[in-house]
Amino acid sequence: MRDVAVVGFAQRQMEEFDGSPTCVELLVPLFAECYEQTGWTRQDIGFWCSGSSDYLAGRSFSFVQAVDAIGVMPPVNESHVEMDLAWAMYEAWVKIQTGEVDTALVYAFGKSSAGQLRRTLALQLDPYTMTPLWPDTVSLAGLQARAGIDAGAWDERAMAEVAQRSLTDAEDNEHALRRGGSSVEELLARPMYADPLRKHDCAPVTDGAAAIVLAAGDRAREVRERPAWITGIAHSIDPMSMGTRDLTRAPSAQRAAVAAGTAGVEVAELHAPFSHQELVLRRELGLGDDVRVNPSGGALVGNPLFSAGGIRVGEAARRIWDGTASRTLGHATSGPALQQNLVCVMDASTNGGSR
Amino acid sequence: MTKQPAAVIGIGQTHHRAKREDVSMAGLCREAIDRALEDAGMTLDDIDAIVVGKAPDLFEGVMMPELFLAESLGAAGKPLLRVHTAGSVGGSTSIVAASLVQSGVHRKVLTVAYEKQSESNAMWALSVPVPFSMPVHAGAGGYFAPHVRSYIRRSGAPEHIGAIVAAKDRTNALKNPYAHLRNPDTTVESVLASQVLWDPIRYDETCPSSDGACAMVIVDEATAASSPNPAWVHGTVMRSEATSAAERDQVNPQASRDAAAYLWKQAGITDPRREIDAAEIYVPFSWFEPMWLESLGFAESGEGWKLTESGATAMDGEIPVNSSGGVLSSNPIGASGMLRFAEAALQVRGLAGEHQIDGARRTLGHAYGGGSQFFAMWVVGSDKPSH
Repeated sequence: MRDVAVVGFAQRQMEEFDGSPTCVELLVPLFAECYEQTGWTRQDIGFWCSGSSDYLAGRSFSFVQAVDAIGVMPPVNESHVEMDLAWAMYEAWVKIQTGEVDTALVYAFGKSSAGQLRRTLALQLDPYTMTPLWPDTVSLAGLQARAGIDAGAWDERAMAEVAQRSLTDAEDNEHALRRGGSSVEELLARPMYADPLRKHDCAPVTDGAAAIVLAAGDRAREVRERPAWITGIAHSIDPMSMGTRDLTRAPSAQRAAVAAGTAGVEVAELHAPFSHQELVLRRELGLGDDVRVNPSGGALVGNPLFSAGGIRVGEAARRIWDGTASRTLGHATSGPALQQNLVCVMDASTNGGSR
Repeated sequence: MTKQPAAVIGIGQTHHRAKREDVSMAGLCREAIDRALEDAGMTLDDIDAIVVGKAPDLFEGVMMPELFLAESLGAAGKPLLRVHTAGSVGGSTSIVAASLVQSGVHRKVLTVAYEKQSESNAMWALSVPVPFSMPVHAGAGGYFAPHVRSYIRRSGAPEHIGAIVAAKDRTNALKNPYAHLRNPDTTVESVLASQVLWDPIRYDETCPSSDGACAMVIVDEATAASSPNPAWVHGTVMRSEATSAAERDQVNPQASRDAAAYLWKQAGITDPRREIDAAEIYVPFSWFEPMWLESLGFAESGEGWKLTESGATAMDGEIPVNSSGGVLSSNPIGASGMLRFAEAALQVRGLAGEHQIDGARRTLGHAYGGGSQFFAMWVVGSDKPSH
């Protein structure tokens, strides 16, 4: 495998995009930020790949217009996944592994506020047996949280502790929509939203976009002193069926973690849109109590659909760049109740250090 | 660093129809997948990863349907990717699947592309009003007709060239048991007598709206060794250009020309007309055959229609194009590109049945999408690439 690193990252998160900008208006400043970080121009980018959803945009071919943000001529080597940014990054990583290109810029965008998100996401379910009942995302997550409580896998206090830590950490994250911790007791005293979930247990509806730059070998070294070398990346999916899955587990997350190799990780950015899902993921990814989880505040303080998973990778990469950690992990999820998961492990050294 | 060799050793497709009411989306995909696995002599247990492709989710009314399909596609417990690059998606999906092998990440990859257009209404899905954009409500034909008119004006092509293509592809489709349209006795005259839909495009010069799927098994060199007839990947390319730019030439887009140049170079081809034995080119409206022949370098600029008129693109011609019947005969949009890639592979494997081109050893699979702005192509060969 070639040595490939995350060397650039830019993001925007907001409750509602002001003035309903087009995706071009959103993405151009993000690309500019990536060019500034790398010192590159668009000519330096060997491959482009984006992630987005037509249903979130409420129209077909919503990614087509986004290509305009890249610029006009010459044409580009480009692809798109109907998935989160993290999977667009995976496609780009594979492309670099083929040797065809040495660099890639991947991006994603989504305007979750345009519709009623929890209802829109019901269209992700089995169209024959589930969608006609319109079970919404928050209710399904509530069922999952309840299943874990009933099984003794976690309790409301453990969930509140996740929210409390996330809201406190978010105070240092300029992109966070929610911030400001109080106390576990105060959080537990708040009203139920979708029993046993309180509002702070659920990620806020978030508009946003993000971009990540990948580079191989010396192209990465020319950009940063400490590139975040990808030493393990893997993803997997479980069956959707909510009735037959053990909702307290996420086998696909475990498989991805085993394949990526999570031992020795110091910081983990987990894409857990609901507080109890962090507890599921910590277990499946084999993260001990000494692992710092979601120093950004995680998805509970901002969850722009289709970029939020990739943002976790970007946040984890930043910890390598700035020297606060030597081995970090970014995780992304997709589908109802942690159905599909991706794990990306990054290191300050190309061989993963002393492991 | 060079790419690892990759080869197609299993191909399957559905019987394409306007409405496949006998199968669900999962059933449609499995019809293609099961045929591809049988062809490869494999089961789902042998597969390392799955790549799914389809065009807009509004075509079926399910957001990211690969999530609910994961189990029936055999993806549970495995990595699954979902590609969507507009009309070129079937081609792009094939290329992403091939790259998983060429990168050395996986050894045995299953890829499937589908569209079940009867679940919804493609015309509606393509015409949802978008804020701040003037609605066209014209569908794809209305969008492309001016490009065709522009091509005719530039090249001086006679008006019946499109009809030649339509008659040829519809006749070729009679030799393809999977083809959707089976219209015997389609002639240049009968095409010219059909209703004009979007001047200068007539009804018989347009693609149908189909339910259908296509699947391929793409493997590494060691696995391909056990196949009697692998189709080796000699080159792949994806190129895209922006939608809004005054300098775009939508009749012969630069992204198309750039893609072709890169592809031929990778495959070591200097004269595609001589060195390519058969081509499966994405022709949803008849006139795109001569247009793409020029853009791809099979003919000089302005000369593509002469190649078509001479009969060179017929099954017994110098460069047979769409002997399967092409998009003009079967068009499950998300799968249409993969069908081109797969039909190209069937030719070099000698498995194309009645529409086999004798002695085909190197072929082109081609797809395009959006407003003639997304391009995906590959060259496959019966010999392992030497470079």
